[in-house]
Amino acid sequence: MFATLIAEAPRFFTYWNMVFLATAVGNTLVMAFAGCGLGLLFGLGLAVTRAERIVHVAPLRWLAILFVEVFRRIPVLVLLLFVFFTFQLLGFSLHALAVGTIAIVLRASSLFAENFRAGIESVHPNQWDAAEVMNLSPLQTLRLTVLPQAWPVILPPMTIGLVGMIKATSLASQISVLELTFAARQLNQRGFSALIAFGTILVIYFVISWGVARLGASVERRLVPQHRRA
Amino acid sequence: MFLSIDGLSAGYGGTRVLEDVSFSLERGEIVSLIGPSGSGKSTVLRCLVGLVPPEAGRIALDGSAVDYTSRAAVRGVRDRLAIVFQQYNLFQNMTALDNVAIAPLKVKGWPKAEVMADAKRLLDTVGLGDKHGAYPDQLSGGQQQRVAIARALALKPDVLLLDEITSALDPELVTEVLDTIRGLAANGMTMLVVSHEMAFVREVSSRVLFMDRGRVIETGPPAELFDAPRTERARDFVTKILRH
Repeated sequence: MFATLIAEAPRFFTYWNMVFLATAVGNTLVMAFAGCGLGLLFGLGLAVTRAERIVHVAPLRWLAILFVEVFRRIPVLVLLLFVFFTFQLLGFSLHALAVGTIAIVLRASSLFAENFRAGIESVHPNQWDAAEVMNLSPLQTLRLTVLPQAWPVILPPMTIGLVGMIKATSLASQISVLELTFAARQLNQRGFSALIAFGTILVIYFVISWGVARLGASVERRLVPQHRRA
Repeated sequence: MFLSIDGLSAGYGGTRVLEDVSFSLERGEIVSLIGPSGSGKSTVLRCLVGLVPPEAGRIALDGSAVDYTSRAAVRGVRDRLAIVFQQYNLFQNMTALDNVAIAPLKVKGWPKAEVMADAKRLLDTVGLGDKHGAYPDQLSGGQQQRVAIARALALKPDVLLLDEITSALDPELVTEVLDTIRGLAANGMTMLVVSHEMAFVREVSSRVLFMDRGRVIETGPPAELFDAPRTERARDFVTKILRH
């Protein structure tokens, strides 16, 4: 096995292949980071919208719940095709990368909304009472005392979710986004062995996911005081 | 009449907890609510600060009725009435000092230097001069409750509402909290007190209201209510409580 790899390596690790893979890494990262970045923002928005202590308009809360429940339960591949064909039906021709990113945003929003909700609900209601009688607004209460207490509940599953989203970007290869998995398949079809093509992206996926997990751990260290860590 | 409550009724999810409660409070006066658990004492306080919406009746501050359906009006009331809870409800992610300073800074927007100096002074007053940087879970129950009292005072309220503030404390910690309240009473703070500490109620109150099943059954000066209750239910309660 290693003999094959060593024999093939000089032909594989050429300038053009590396540019090709770098583009794929770039697209994977764009989908993952734009998708998860917006997903975090919308996820927090959704969790806030469905929080009874913050939003007093019930239909708004129901809409947020509906969004979360729907997009959390659809397989990512189906979600990709759904976004792809929806835009096609509406007459927009969207770049495949944009379609992939939108699908990740939808999924990440609903996933992270649940992380945020669990965290917000883990904080004792008496903290809201105390803030309310001192005239702190619901959003001030969230920012100043509820979220800081909720991070230990929110962050660990959220890091897992982020890594999951990076892995889910590989499904965008199905709609021809030039991301890592797509690139490996192309290289494989151009005659390189599956071992070297998929082996290379395996290492790249691992490095990215590991980096994100480390990032999550360091955010956790910064946001959660020592004695409150689980 | 500084604070007057007239025919107040309220409840939680269809269950009436308060029925036609009326009483009033003068500036500088200390009125205590006593009665068995579930008699509605705490609900009176929670109604006053807008945590439980009144279903009927009239609550007036300085003669003008408060409209509890209006957010602005409720905010106005909360500016003047501060409540201290049984479970202290300190913000767990903040130091004692930040707990006291947060609302003056973020709600009132008072100058920081002034707020911090005032918060330190308040913590010193309640005997926690050396605990400014401590988090709630590093403090005893009695210390937490004293931080909560300092926090309520930081907003310079006209009336302090105390909701069974010693009920969650170990017996040996009750004294330190009650001493803090005695100090406030001596300075003329207007207070509405819900308590099971009968000796304390008797000592500081100018008037005591006995409540049972959501109604005020008997009102009078402490000596009268404790020594010669007129109603059977009050007599019953007082004998049971004073027996142990």
